[in-house]
Amino acid sequence: MSDHNYVPSSKLGKWFNDRLPLLSLSAHLREYPTPKNLNYWWTFGGILTFCLITQIITGIILGMHYVAHVDFAFDSVEHIMRDVNYGWLIRYVHANGASMFFLAVYIHIFRALYYGSYKSPREIIWIIGMIIYLLMMMTAFMGYVLPWGQMSFWGATVITSLFSAIPMFGESVTNWLWGGFAVGNPTLTRFFSLHYLLPFLILGLVILHIWALHVPGNNNPIGIELKKPSKDTVPFHPYIVIKDLFALLLFLIVFAFFVFYSPNILGHSDNYIEANPMITPAHIVPEWYLLPFYAILRSVPDKLLGVVAMFASIFILVILPWLDTSKIRSAIFRPIYKQLYWILVLDVIILGYMGAMPAEGTYLLIARLATTYYFVHFLIILPILGKKEKTLPVPPSITEPVLADAPNPQMFKKQEE
Amino acid sequence: MKNLIKLIYFIFLSIILFSQCLLAEDKKQLLTNNWSFKGYFGKFDRSALQRGYQVYAEVCASCHSMKYLSYRNLAEKGGPEFSKDQAKAIASNFEVTDGPNDDGDMFTRQAKLSDKFVQPYRNDKEAIASNGGAYPPDMSVLVKARKGGADYIYSVLLGYEDPPSGTTLDDGVYYNKFIYGNNIKMPKPLMDGQVEYNDGTEATEEQMAKDVVTFLAWSAEPHLEARHKIGFRAIIYLIIITILVYFSMKKIWSRVESEI
Repeated sequence: MSDHNYVPSSKLGKWFNDRLPLLSLSAHLREYPTPKNLNYWWTFGGILTFCLITQIITGIILGMHYVAHVDFAFDSVEHIMRDVNYGWLIRYVHANGASMFFLAVYIHIFRALYYGSYKSPREIIWIIGMIIYLLMMMTAFMGYVLPWGQMSFWGATVITSLFSAIPMFGESVTNWLWGGFAVGNPTLTRFFSLHYLLPFLILGLVILHIWALHVPGNNNPIGIELKKPSKDTVPFHPYIVIKDLFALLLFLIVFAFFVFYSPNILGHSDNYIEANPMITPAHIVPEWYLLPFYAILRSVPDKLLGVVAMFASIFILVILPWLDTSKIRSAIFRPIYKQLYWILVLDVIILGYMGAMPAEGTYLLIARLATTYYFVHFLIILPILGKKEKTLPVPPSITEPVLADAPNPQMFKKQEE
Repeated sequence: MKNLIKLIYFIFLSIILFSQCLLAEDKKQLLTNNWSFKGYFGKFDRSALQRGYQVYAEVCASCHSMKYLSYRNLAEKGGPEFSKDQAKAIASNFEVTDGPNDDGDMFTRQAKLSDKFVQPYRNDKEAIASNGGAYPPDMSVLVKARKGGADYIYSVLLGYEDPPSGTTLDDGVYYNKFIYGNNIKMPKPLMDGQVEYNDGTEATEEQMAKDVVTFLAWSAEPHLEARHKIGFRAIIYLIIITILVYFSMKKIWSRVESEI
């Protein structure tokens, strides 16, 4: 890579860089060759980094005013909303920021699924990403418990009770998680502690995620290996920086819309009722971003198997690079996979919708079918499809067409629309 | 460019979808009013807030607490905006227990601006015992704590009816069209002419319901006006900077032969 021979121009810079090559790192980040045909779906990596930083900063400020105690948690949140200067803004940014974070991460994951970004040589990037996603879900879940509203309390009760499905040790594991015999003060304080800790683990993993990305370089919409640097790449700065910034600003407009004009629309009204262990809400629903998994959990009649299915639905994504046997990365050149991809997207949306509905009658039936299809897609269709599918010819580079007189891949995309 | 259109299209579609999914959940036709605080520039109607406080103080406050409000809030910007003296006068009608003093004794004194709203009961148990086994919820965040928000509270206040024939109600239970399960333990709270408004507005049932709901909407979201104002500015700012960044992006990418 070109940045290896980077030499700072000043004497002091050289002295410093010889001892700690931060300037070389910065040069590497600036020059990092990036495919020039990346579309806007690739901008969500930057957006996600922004989301993480925003959550950490707003979270630290909220932590200065929040009291992690069952008697004071709800009051302290109201104190933040009413009496802390711009506390309402910080809290609404943090609460809606979680939703925005998940919106972005789902787009990011589904982009990887469409363009085959998880395939060799990028398996480690993908696996780190999945660990980040798992940690995000844990962090978000524990964060939702902190305001100590009705949904906080009952959501925590439902989710932690899942562990009681573990044979033999179920009860002792749940008691250990709770720090008592029910969700209570010890649960709240440990959730606060972990909710504060996990984002920093995520931050560390994000650095590894980017490091792992910078070894093979970005995948790209046509999914071919590029010579780097070459005619097909542009330096990260300024080209990608400005494009990511533009996309981030568009994203921020949506974000601001939620924060300022419908800050509570993604939450549940019951969470403005202080937690009461004696009164169970009519419907206990998790936050929207966890609904597909909640639907999978409930669609299995057996508690233990339901829990297994829920965890399997995430674990299956971790081993995806080995389940998808196709050598072709991008769905652009995989006509059948492309159709199935959109069916999977639809399937997950249906699962999410069913997760919000009561688990009975037609809803339950649809949730079961959707759950089955989810597993069939990954466990049966993908391994077979990769071997059987007739793929379209892949161009040798971004700038060169497949054959001398064939339209270039950019044209391909347009015709299909 | 085409990608860009797709992206924007996608963003807006997702917003619509989100809000639709979440809003359209409860389709029970709630009564509504032309709330002045809805919309992008929504503000509270100052006089409605002041009348609303009067309804709360004279009608609701005998059972419902508002423990997150302080008397000083009544004089703060974006709220009912009573003058400081008016708010002090309101506070002085209440007595609070303070202490211990230097002799170690608790004592009662007149409430000050910095005191929280005095609660009608000593504790939840007393509240329940005094209300036939039903807990009168604290009303500070009530509007945010009910699906349907202001419309829902407004509907419940006006939803009292004679029960349909064939329904028998237990003692101390009333029929309400809009409450979950149609049974409510709160007797019909508002009757025409129940309060005498200081500003001469006629105190019809609808008027009082509208005023008190406006007051509750403010108490649940005391910084709503600031939020709308800052939000509008923030979004305009974001749009302008987005346009500027878009053109600089175009300029930078014009050096490369590629689509953005």
